[in-house]
Amino acid sequence: MTSAHTVRNRPAPAEPPGRPPRRRALTLRQQESRAGLALLSPTLIIVLVVVVLPVVWTIVLAFQRLRLATLQREGIFGRFTLQNFAKVLGSADMWSSLGTTLVYTIGGTVLSLALGLVAALALRKPFRGRAFLRSAMLLPYVSPVVAATFVWEIMLSPQFGVVNAWGKSFFGWDKPVAFLSQETSTISLFGWHVHLPLALLVVIAFEGWRYFPFTFLFLIARLQAVPKELEEAALVDGVTPTQRFRHILLPQLYPVLALLSVLRFILTFNKFDDVYLLTGGGAGTDVLSVRVYDFLTAQFDIGGAAAQALVLAVVLVVFLVIYLKFFAPEDRA
Amino acid sequence: MTFETRLFGVLRWVTIVILAIATLFPFYYMVLLSVRSQDSLLQHPGDILPKLSDFTVTTYTTVLKSVASGGDGLLELLGNSALVALGTVIVTLALSLPGAYAASRLRFAGRKQVHFLFLAVYLFPSILLAIPLFVIFSKAGLRDSLVGLLVVYVAQALPVSIYMLRNYLSTIPESIEEAAAIDGNGRLGTLWRVTLPLAAPSIVATGLYVFMIAWNEFLFALLFLVEDRSKWTVSLGLSQLAGGLEVPKTVLMAGSVVLTIPIVILFFAAERLLAEGLTSGAEKG
Repeated sequence: MTSAHTVRNRPAPAEPPGRPPRRRALTLRQQESRAGLALLSPTLIIVLVVVVLPVVWTIVLAFQRLRLATLQREGIFGRFTLQNFAKVLGSADMWSSLGTTLVYTIGGTVLSLALGLVAALALRKPFRGRAFLRSAMLLPYVSPVVAATFVWEIMLSPQFGVVNAWGKSFFGWDKPVAFLSQETSTISLFGWHVHLPLALLVVIAFEGWRYFPFTFLFLIARLQAVPKELEEAALVDGVTPTQRFRHILLPQLYPVLALLSVLRFILTFNKFDDVYLLTGGGAGTDVLSVRVYDFLTAQFDIGGAAAQALVLAVVLVVFLVIYLKFFAPEDRA
Repeated sequence: MTFETRLFGVLRWVTIVILAIATLFPFYYMVLLSVRSQDSLLQHPGDILPKLSDFTVTTYTTVLKSVASGGDGLLELLGNSALVALGTVIVTLALSLPGAYAASRLRFAGRKQVHFLFLAVYLFPSILLAIPLFVIFSKAGLRDSLVGLLVVYVAQALPVSIYMLRNYLSTIPESIEEAAAIDGNGRLGTLWRVTLPLAAPSIVATGLYVFMIAWNEFLFALLFLVEDRSKWTVSLGLSQLAGGLEVPKTVLMAGSVVLTIPIVILFFAAERLLAEGLTSGAEKG
């Protein structure tokens, strides 16, 4: 195995003549391949056992009538049935939940990208205190989700939240707004009554707030790598800031923006804890992952939960395939 | 200077101020509430400046004190969280360092498939994993054990860890390793004596990120540990505390501060490393 990486692509030296070869020596290339797999194998085994196998088993579970209580008695391979899917796909709640999930996901993705972009542009040039602000802005992303949702809950609380207190004293709200437990809010604009899905909007805002640091981090790294000459040339030509952004910076940012959109979309689509902790899935925020959790823990319906989770996964796999087909960066190998 | 240039000059500062407030205010509010009494919060919910006459630390003693002595017992739970998070960091790094080295330096059959597998694991819905793991762990009697939780966290952290380490290792010139090899070091010797010390910043950043994943995690802790109070992590303990109607919000905020502080300290100590570790490789788009 020693120093196989120093010489590549060279065939193994021929066996010395006269002695019959006992076993063909491995080529250096083969040695390297073996070493590579050997070094990766502990990781691969863990991933296979804790991720891949369970996923395969979820698929099996989804086709069985299984409840937690009967699990101890029944074996792994019970009778197969399509009942779970009939129940899941036939329920109107599931389709409205899919709609909610999509609104939440698209809203959260767009908001976190937009905020991240604005932040990256604003913090691009150095100023006093930029280093501090740059790290401080990552706080929502790195702080524990339980703490972050608690603060939001308390800030938005109708009884003692600072938002309602200020709304009442500065903006003349006649009664406190229950941001997290009110499904719709009607506001009047020039005689029009607009119905807003209030709790869902708050959850989306939280998503934008919590994850914009992630997109900010990637975008500012990319902005820092834009060649100086490009902008200097444009400056000589007297372009305005908007022109500079549209014609010089934005084209440079496209690839990373595309990558971030897909990443954020998928991660938001899967999100469980943020919504669960903020609203418990109530008030029109019943995203799919929270539904799966409810199936599992409130009804102990393992088969139903698995079928529901599979629906979620199938939608995701579609997105992943689209991503790999159109946006995946070339493998540098 | 054109009007537009000046306008954006002003807008830039307005944006910076708004962003600073939006990101920092909730944390300021958290700390502020944690040192007030519930009464003062109920009477003046709109106050956001500290008043010395209100100042109290009983919220912290309440939330940290053990249940036996009338508190909420968060101190014991801090121990659980620390154990799981540190364990996850050590196991993840031990497994992912050789893996990342292989992924960055060696060509082997199935390399592409491995990349795909890790990307898929990173993007996979954890709620989907939760069901079979819940069932398996129930059957194996591992469900309310910290070891079971650690295994899950390691599996979740491994792909990210390999990604971050691999990106960094690719920036270390191979010629350095070749020189070491010529000096008579074997592959493992080279890895141990040359590559690892050079990769130290990345190892620190990756370890930090993995620590955050494990410390902040909520779903699996909720699913696996909820029945056995002595095993709760801080996140779980705090969320269970919120379910109780009697707990003052100011005590909850004290608990949130306790939960957040370890992360903030670690983060500010190594922020630059972490930012670089996460985004290196992103520059090429």
